[in-house]
Amino acid sequence: MAMTLHVDIVSAEEEIFSGSATMVFAPAQMGEVGIAPRHSPLITQLRPGEVRIQDQHGEEQSFYVSGGMLEVQPHVVTVLSDTAVRAKDLDEAAALEAKERAEQALHDKQSEFEYAKAQAELAEAVAQLQTLRRLREKGRS
Amino acid sequence: MAGAKEIRTKIKSISNTQKITKAMEMVAASKMRRAQERMRAARPYAEKMRNVISHLAQAHPEYKHPFVLNRDVKRVGLIVIATDRGLCGGLNINLFKKLVAQMRQWDEQGIEIDLCVIGTKAQGFFQRLGGNVVASATHLGDAPPLEDLIGTVKVMLDAHAEGNIDQLFLAHNKFVNTMTQGPEVEQLIPVSSLQDEELAHHWDYIYEPDAKEVIDGLMIRYIESLVYQGVVENIACEQAARMVAMKSASDNAGTLIDELQLVYNKARQAAITQEISEIVGGAAAV
Repeated sequence: MAMTLHVDIVSAEEEIFSGSATMVFAPAQMGEVGIAPRHSPLITQLRPGEVRIQDQHGEEQSFYVSGGMLEVQPHVVTVLSDTAVRAKDLDEAAALEAKERAEQALHDKQSEFEYAKAQAELAEAVAQLQTLRRLREKGRS
Repeated sequence: MAGAKEIRTKIKSISNTQKITKAMEMVAASKMRRAQERMRAARPYAEKMRNVISHLAQAHPEYKHPFVLNRDVKRVGLIVIATDRGLCGGLNINLFKKLVAQMRQWDEQGIEIDLCVIGTKAQGFFQRLGGNVVASATHLGDAPPLEDLIGTVKVMLDAHAEGNIDQLFLAHNKFVNTMTQGPEVEQLIPVSSLQDEELAHHWDYIYEPDAKEVIDGLMIRYIESLVYQGVVENIACEQAARMVAMKSASDNAGTLIDELQLVYNKARQAAITQEISEIVGGAAAV
């Protein structure tokens, strides 16, 4: 039997592929790499592109990844796929947006957290919930 | 007869409310199933990521990422995940209660807090009560794409890189089962040490392009995936809590209707009795 390695392709939102293969091709940062069983440990970033998996019967499956990470252990290959196109400036823009959202929503409030007020408010809410529970229990009996 | 009519309107309006709460219960139940599935689907990524990072901890890169190093704590970052909508019982309240206790503890130790809020309820809470909110994300919907979280997480990671915060925590609800959800404050940075005993001999990866870039990318994705998991889990909690809350609301409406029906019947009977006695009295007078 041909030597195989175990391949997992996962993204943050779902598992995409899990199975065995004789050969894996991936679009690494420095150029496409082909991984055969007993490859030495390697970890690299992926460019957007196609990950191809060849199984024992010579059949090929391919998956598109928009970037991510590739980890190679002698008999296990893990592709951590990104769900979105990532780039430094794109991430930067997203961060700015998040900051702006916070400023916009909270522009007119003081920056000291009021513990006393918070506790009073929470105590009130908890009391309300307890009353509801008691009502429910009374309703049942 | 006015009394009977009033009661009838009351019964009608309560049964209308009951219809709404019933519908909401069913909607929440089906959304919860989907949210649970998403939660399960997101798990392999976090697990694989954890594997890779624990491998990395055993390998001996010349580069140590700042996320694994302990620093003196002067300021902490806190990512708070709450729901976007209400009517989900005590879910958010319980989370905030735990949160406030934790924040107070930090406050007493003289540690300052930077907040990052996810969800309208968290935003509203800190808007009312103050707090140094540096980033926010709201209206993520039932199936939040990871992209929507990248920005908020990056704000905190940048703050850590610049030395503004020394630790990062995540506060969210943990999904145990449909009936049980509990608030939890989890430490994200420094990444808690992950250890396996096997593979103890010295070895290292081949890094492409170089160790620093690869490990940086990996760590960022790891933290993001943890936050994403927290968000997805919180959604499952929200739907479960809403389902339970709406179920008990429907039950309450049911008992209320039964009681009112009884009062209504009595009032009706009393009216009839009175009418008969009036007729009898009138006939006797003639």
